[in-house]
Amino acid sequence: MRWIVIVALLCASWGPATARAVDALVLEAQASRVDVIEQVSACTVAIFAPKGDNGGSGVLIRPDGLAVTNFHVVQGLGPFMKCGLNDGRVYDAVIIGIDPTGDVALIQLLGRNDFPVAQIGDSDDLQQGDWVYVVGNPFLLATDFTPTVTYGIVSGTHRYQYPAGTILEYTDCIQTDASINPGNSGGPLFNAQGQLVGINGRASFERRGRVNTGAGYAISINQVMNFLDHLSSGRIVDHATLGATVQSLTDGSVAVESILEQSDAYRRGLRIGDEIVSFAGRPIRSVNLFKNILGIYPEGWKRPLVYRRDGQRREILVTLRALHSRSELMPDEQQTPPMPVPEQPEEEDQENPDEPQTPPPGQPIPQEIAELFRKPEIPEQYAHLYEERSGYANYHFNQVHRERVYAAIENLGEFPASAWQITGEDDDGTKLVVKLNDQAVALELGADPYFQSLEEPFADQPPGSGGLLAAMHQLRLMLISPAERFTEFYYVGSEPLDGNGQSVDVLQSTRGTVTCRWYFSKTDGSFVGFDTEVEPDADPCQVRIDEIGEVAGRPFLRRIRVLRAGEVFRAFTLNDLQAGGGS
Amino acid sequence: VNGRCFPSALGVATGGRLRPAGWPCAGGPSLLWSRLEVPRLLLIRRAIGFAPDPATRTHARGIRATILIGLVLIGLMSAAASAQSMREAIDEVQPKMVKIYGAGGYKNLESYGTGFVISADGFIATVWSHLLDAAVITVVLDDGRRFEAELIGAEPRLEMAVLKIDAVELPFVDLDDPAEAGVGSRVLAFSNMYQVAAGDEPMSVLHGVVAATGSLTLRRGRSTIAYDGPVYIVDAITNNSGAAGGLLTTREGGPLAMIGRQLRNDESNIWLNYAIPLAELTPVIRQIQTGDFSRQETTGEEPDAADRLNSQDFGIVMVPDVVARTPAYIDAVQAESLAAHVDLQPDDLIVFVNDRLVQSIQALEAELGKLQPTDDVTIVVRRGESLITVELTAPRKTQ
Repeated sequence: MRWIVIVALLCASWGPATARAVDALVLEAQASRVDVIEQVSACTVAIFAPKGDNGGSGVLIRPDGLAVTNFHVVQGLGPFMKCGLNDGRVYDAVIIGIDPTGDVALIQLLGRNDFPVAQIGDSDDLQQGDWVYVVGNPFLLATDFTPTVTYGIVSGTHRYQYPAGTILEYTDCIQTDASINPGNSGGPLFNAQGQLVGINGRASFERRGRVNTGAGYAISINQVMNFLDHLSSGRIVDHATLGATVQSLTDGSVAVESILEQSDAYRRGLRIGDEIVSFAGRPIRSVNLFKNILGIYPEGWKRPLVYRRDGQRREILVTLRALHSRSELMPDEQQTPPMPVPEQPEEEDQENPDEPQTPPPGQPIPQEIAELFRKPEIPEQYAHLYEERSGYANYHFNQVHRERVYAAIENLGEFPASAWQITGEDDDGTKLVVKLNDQAVALELGADPYFQSLEEPFADQPPGSGGLLAAMHQLRLMLISPAERFTEFYYVGSEPLDGNGQSVDVLQSTRGTVTCRWYFSKTDGSFVGFDTEVEPDADPCQVRIDEIGEVAGRPFLRRIRVLRAGEVFRAFTLNDLQAGGGS
Repeated sequence: VNGRCFPSALGVATGGRLRPAGWPCAGGPSLLWSRLEVPRLLLIRRAIGFAPDPATRTHARGIRATILIGLVLIGLMSAAASAQSMREAIDEVQPKMVKIYGAGGYKNLESYGTGFVISADGFIATVWSHLLDAAVITVVLDDGRRFEAELIGAEPRLEMAVLKIDAVELPFVDLDDPAEAGVGSRVLAFSNMYQVAAGDEPMSVLHGVVAATGSLTLRRGRSTIAYDGPVYIVDAITNNSGAAGGLLTTREGGPLAMIGRQLRNDESNIWLNYAIPLAELTPVIRQIQTGDFSRQETTGEEPDAADRLNSQDFGIVMVPDVVARTPAYIDAVQAESLAAHVDLQPDDLIVFVNDRLVQSIQALEAELGKLQPTDDVTIVVRRGESLITVELTAPRKTQ
């Protein structure tokens, strides 16, 4: 009897529920979420220290295993780490490049060439109220590496978050109310369509302890993509400064407060008191906005800047300077390692409780996961993928990319290490003769001779060229044997040529005080130009290669333009290259 | 298609399966907020489709299997439509929100806050807080314009204050046309929590669900808020630093309530996210706007004055209370008393008791009177140029 009553009660309680119809739209939205989550979970990475004692999250962006995470997740983990995917497998991974300022790191998962990858979205398309997914490994919960998904809305876009006692700074970032907790660091933020729009890495913590309080921040994927090739270079990459500081005026405008005379902005004419109208194509209404824009570009990029002085509007193209010195970026001198999660969520004595902080990447992981990490810390078969060198996160990858890009030069054939004579003429018919050897450079432009011993410092010769003498000398070194002739020669990353041109790979060389940046098309790998700076903070001699063709029976630079500060000095057609004889 | 048709974030948990999410305030806090409508809340869970009902789940899976491809397409479209309506709602509300800057900037007292415009000629509603005890209160509109605001009036019992700025033709929240929301309704919360936004940057927006409605009945004693009327409890973490005075709206942007302070249950360590319905505030706001407002005396089951704690129970002798708002200066401290143990001194000016501003001896006695024996008490005094914070435990009433 008792059972009859219970069953009857159960039926009664289920009755109305089964009769209820769920709105079809609700089911559709649910089905679309289930589908998106299935898709985005596959490319989300659980990252662990080699001993499995700490961890965070990441996201795969290329089938060969390239994955993005936070710098503060990989900091202190060493060159190799372990990564789990939702296929339940653990993969070895190696560090590639780090960006300590932007809190981004690039790693490569190893062992496959068909990793599932995230589709890259456009973070500038996000608006307040858009649905987003935070995917990752908060509190390192997933023992089978199935990532945790939290769902929320975009609470703010283009947020600026001050550095919290370190060089780490979040600019132009995305704010969301989807939960971001310790362990989510480095993991992906996806839009409603499942496209990658950000890398989660920071949250506002205060009285409630180091757990989500409804305000988490993600680095915009557009910023990450600007830095991607730089990170691939294996370097410790730097952010940029204009060489000027700005301030808000009472009328709401933003003006130059101070400016370095050595900066490109100063050389292009920017002065104290000038009102900044727009920067990189975005109107400037606040200091935060200015910092937001500055923060998403690597050093060395050129960006347009519009300013107003005495009612007159001027537009300039500015080369961004390095924000830090090399020593400031060295790992040992950066922020202290992430703190473990405190047991008592009380941090009321913090100096700046309002400042958002990076969550610690994770916390000690459960025993069952730790069991998976009983393998050697540096896997033998991958040891060749790491090479230590000062200034680099992993020098191995710089060599790989340098060789890849330098192939365009090798394709021009071998050049003898003897004396050279290059002959050509400019568009007016003025004759150009350049003589180069290991002791000196000589150049005749029409009737004007220029001479430079390599013992002496280079200068802007011929005047107004930015240093064409030096440029031709550097070109000879580059074509003969850069590794032997340059004191430094490395892959930088990529940038839009001259601010708005095609995307180019950049190699950088140094010899004495002369620095060169060599540009190669990202589309076809061809050698498209180089800039020669005869001394630091001088306007470089810009050589742009319009045509590579046959000169004296071999491939060589056939048509070049020589520019300084964006203004054409001369354009030449080269018609002879004599290489022979000893001196 | 509007936002109302879509399930909230509550439905999504780990692993891509739809699971019912926990309701944050169904357990512990009921101790504290005794009149919450918990049973009704469970019913609503059923009604809106998140109940852990096995039959429904199977049903849902069946549908999913048969029409998945079509659904993905439609789902993406409808997700876009939902976002569109939410974007529109947010765009409509943001111009009515203001950032407020005033007193604070030390130990847990923020110097920033939130409010919203309630009339085209510049009346602003916000929370009554220490922030407003400043020589200059600055209000920044959504378009970045800055104004010096005047404090027109306040009703501490409702935790509400009204400011005025000298502006015209402002977009405003129409208090005469508030929206309503039941348990399960989806809501948006607008505030400048953590001061994330500056100048003309739009404020933070959170989304959530009305998890409960009911009266905020606080345990007598350490009363961190004075308000004891109806509130919306939401599942989003709306009540953060600087968020009080912000606006809770429906998903469509209809104004619902003013976001309250940060409130934690000391025993369960659970934080409550509550907002006071505009309908509760509007009559007094209108009185303040027209200048007809006079503060009501507190009523209700107040204990007899003789049973309430006062300054003497702490060993503090105040200066004679001679005018309406005599500043709360300490005249003397009894030897061996609680006050002596924490080194309070004659001539100290008591400015805060448990983070509540004390502007007079009467206000001080009122605050101390709310305490129960063994409650923690934090007192901030101004001594010379510095502010000194002391922590005490409320004593038993001295007989």
